[in-house]
Amino acid sequence: MSQVSILNRRQFIALTGRTGGALMLGSAFGGLGLSTSAVAQAVLPKSDGLGEQLGAFVTIKNDGSVDIICHRAEMGQGILTSVPQIIADELGADWSQVNAILGNADPKYGDQSTGGSASIRKHFTHIRQMGAVARDLLEQAAANQWNVKKSKVRTQNHEVIYKSRRLSFAELAEAAAKLPLPDLDSLELKSRADYTLIGKEDIALQGLEKIVTGKATYAQDIQLPGMLIASIERPPVVGGKVKSFDASEAKKISGVVDVIQLKDRSFPVNVKPVSGVAVLATNTWAAIEGRKKLKVEWDHGPNVSHDSETYKAELVKKVARKGKEARVEGDVYSHTFNASRTIEATYTVPYHHHMSMETPAATAVIEGDRCRVWSGTQAAQWGKRLVLEELGLDEEADYDKVEFNTTLMGGAFGRKSKNDFTVEAVELAKATGKPVKVVWSREDDVKHGFYHSTAANYIKAELTDDNRSDHWIQRVVAPPIAWIFDDKTTHLTNGDLSLGFADIPFNIENLSCETPEITTHVRTGWLRSVGNINNAFALGSFVDELANKAGISTQKMWLNLLGKDRKFDPRGEGFEGYTHYGQADKEEYLLEIARFKGVLNEVVTKSGASEKLPDGQGWGISIAASFNSYAAAATKVSVIDDKVTVLEMHTAIDCGLVITPDRVRSQMEGAMIMGLSMALESEITMKDGAIVQNNFYDYPVSRMPQVPDLYVHLIKSNDAPGGVGEPGLPPILPSITNAIFHASGTRIRDLPVKKTMKV
Amino acid sequence: MVKLTLNNKALSLDADPAMPLLYAIRDIAELTGTKFGCGLGLCGACTVHLNGAPIRSCVTPLSAAQGKTITTIEGLGNDDAMHPVQAAWLANKVPQCGYCQSGQMMSAAALLESNDAPSDSDIETAMQGNICRCGTYPRIKKAIKEAAENIQKAKS
Repeated sequence: MSQVSILNRRQFIALTGRTGGALMLGSAFGGLGLSTSAVAQAVLPKSDGLGEQLGAFVTIKNDGSVDIICHRAEMGQGILTSVPQIIADELGADWSQVNAILGNADPKYGDQSTGGSASIRKHFTHIRQMGAVARDLLEQAAANQWNVKKSKVRTQNHEVIYKSRRLSFAELAEAAAKLPLPDLDSLELKSRADYTLIGKEDIALQGLEKIVTGKATYAQDIQLPGMLIASIERPPVVGGKVKSFDASEAKKISGVVDVIQLKDRSFPVNVKPVSGVAVLATNTWAAIEGRKKLKVEWDHGPNVSHDSETYKAELVKKVARKGKEARVEGDVYSHTFNASRTIEATYTVPYHHHMSMETPAATAVIEGDRCRVWSGTQAAQWGKRLVLEELGLDEEADYDKVEFNTTLMGGAFGRKSKNDFTVEAVELAKATGKPVKVVWSREDDVKHGFYHSTAANYIKAELTDDNRSDHWIQRVVAPPIAWIFDDKTTHLTNGDLSLGFADIPFNIENLSCETPEITTHVRTGWLRSVGNINNAFALGSFVDELANKAGISTQKMWLNLLGKDRKFDPRGEGFEGYTHYGQADKEEYLLEIARFKGVLNEVVTKSGASEKLPDGQGWGISIAASFNSYAAAATKVSVIDDKVTVLEMHTAIDCGLVITPDRVRSQMEGAMIMGLSMALESEITMKDGAIVQNNFYDYPVSRMPQVPDLYVHLIKSNDAPGGVGEPGLPPILPSITNAIFHASGTRIRDLPVKKTMKV
Repeated sequence: MVKLTLNNKALSLDADPAMPLLYAIRDIAELTGTKFGCGLGLCGACTVHLNGAPIRSCVTPLSAAQGKTITTIEGLGNDDAMHPVQAAWLANKVPQCGYCQSGQMMSAAALLESNDAPSDSDIETAMQGNICRCGTYPRIKKAIKEAAENIQKAKS
């Protein structure tokens, strides 16, 4: 299979060079040199016929089918369907004739960094324009042929139409490809009423058939002739270095070809490799066996004293005292809190790991002064820049010397935005002169991750007579992700504080949001919804606690605190540094109180969460807005003899305009199940600077028998499209712990639940 | 040299008999539909059939397959049609990232081989060794029931 792919690729480039040169998009999209999309096409099996390329994203094939590039990374969220779906809608293509192609790293596509649930909410217009470019060329070609004005013709169902005349895309492709590209700003985009594919309920998903037949290509599946497999022993502590190693026994294992020490790396750790010793072999098993025989002595470096339990106690102490102000309104500190109407609580979450089913993997080969890479990464262009840097190549002059191919990812959840594993493959390919695939074991993955930061949140608030609050202090502290890029970082950034913390949407007269100083000892990183995990756990729990104190329902307490329907910009209310997931300046993305209430009321109504339950059972609800979307969760549990069983889970989601409804539902289902693991049982701990956990036996994630019936309530909306991959997760954790409280009277403020109860 | 039948083809694999079957299938036979997930038989991503029974190929030595029949996801259906489990997976849009799904389908197919009308608890028992981090369990359950119905219909 692999050898055929390579041959195809070479043939393909030769052929593309012949026919494709004039069809490339120019500087309008920041194009840099030769198209490399052919390589991605070579990795995925292709149908025959080269066809004609219309702009950067659309190729009309000889058989009339259309290849559409998905330039965003696919990790299970379904973007491989959604991007081509938007383009095909704008193009007027017949979906049954559309084939999605994963795009490799190429700036001509625009931003490819797939994280922050951003693919649609930040790039919707750009993606539509890419469809409109191809449509415009086809329309112009048809108009020329019929000698009518372009404005008189239109595309529909894979044809261009004028009165009773019709020409298929295939018939027009060659002429269309010779036309100059239109000015993007001149293109009129379809109005929502005319969408045929966007929002369609039963649309066929791209790539599914390959998955169910075992033919989908993930990073672990890349195979090249003469390739070596590398298994790497890495320093157990962040910042550690190899003191010495003995490879003599490892080299005796049949199949082991070489043992190589990776170069030392320095602080800040960035997203680069952590050094170590690599065992290279002709097959995976020999590399693993050889590595078992390796003897390495480590210089552990400055972080060897890190202990997550001690550290968490330190976090709790820190949030008990005033920290650096992020948002202040009124003067809460001059107020004397009435103890009988006040709650003060501290909530803690542990470090978490992504635990994607596919562990990190990347393949690299150096051929002369060129390098080819295959990686399962969320950040292809960033990865390519790191590869250029690793090889000492110039980011501009040498850009095309690196070919960076992306593969499907077997889950990612933020982990694979970091290309440390890709750079490892390049370092070893350079050292050996052979193709090298770096494969991570499960233990490597668990012990060398970029963890969700352990965090402590403190909230103190006094209830008013009408059961709202006008006096509220809240603090959050966690090792900031910014530390990996600048090891002098001592505080969470405004971006961190914009994740459901200082953007608290309540109308509170006297409010102080603060963050204390902290030192960091581990690689922290983005994990599905990031700081929203701890912030929503704290706020969602606290509102439930306030409701309980006031003797009203949690739903009513949320409604009281949210106050009047209004648009809400935290920048006008004391939080000038608010980032709003990169959309702070966009009017259409302003937070709207009515949308918080909309998902809350929807989830309560649909789940029946206000019903009376027998003793030992309880409903818990919560809300969180994140990534320009709004989600509310309702969970029902039973607690019998301190054993928690989750009986039913609901999520209501308002993510604005929906592109692929089924994939929104599947993301909500997945978020409920991930939230279940996080709330109940998953936890990363550290002792003597090293990760304690190893594999699924000590970092458990939900299995089928633990998962109850799940319900997703999708709000119909015409608002600007919001994020989908992450927003489902934040409200889940507090909905579970609130349900446990209502079932048992036990309030969980320290996760996971298993530390307090049986799960 | 270990002789076995892999997806209906007789094969001799030149590899260390102690090598886990997973790596023999992926690296030596070059069939990459079977996935590595944990290396300890905990997650089920590497599930294949050995003489029809589901096994975790990451903890099964190649030597155990000597003279036996191995089926992987690539051999679950045939050239003409997918296995009913694969068809039900497609119809119910089960996969998200898809990485664990080869193992899930191999476990499901083995369940239906011995029980063509599984209850929820039968399904949970048979499938609890297969982890899906994306969270596709409810759809897997639904797809297994649908596949069971289709298998029954085909029999009657």
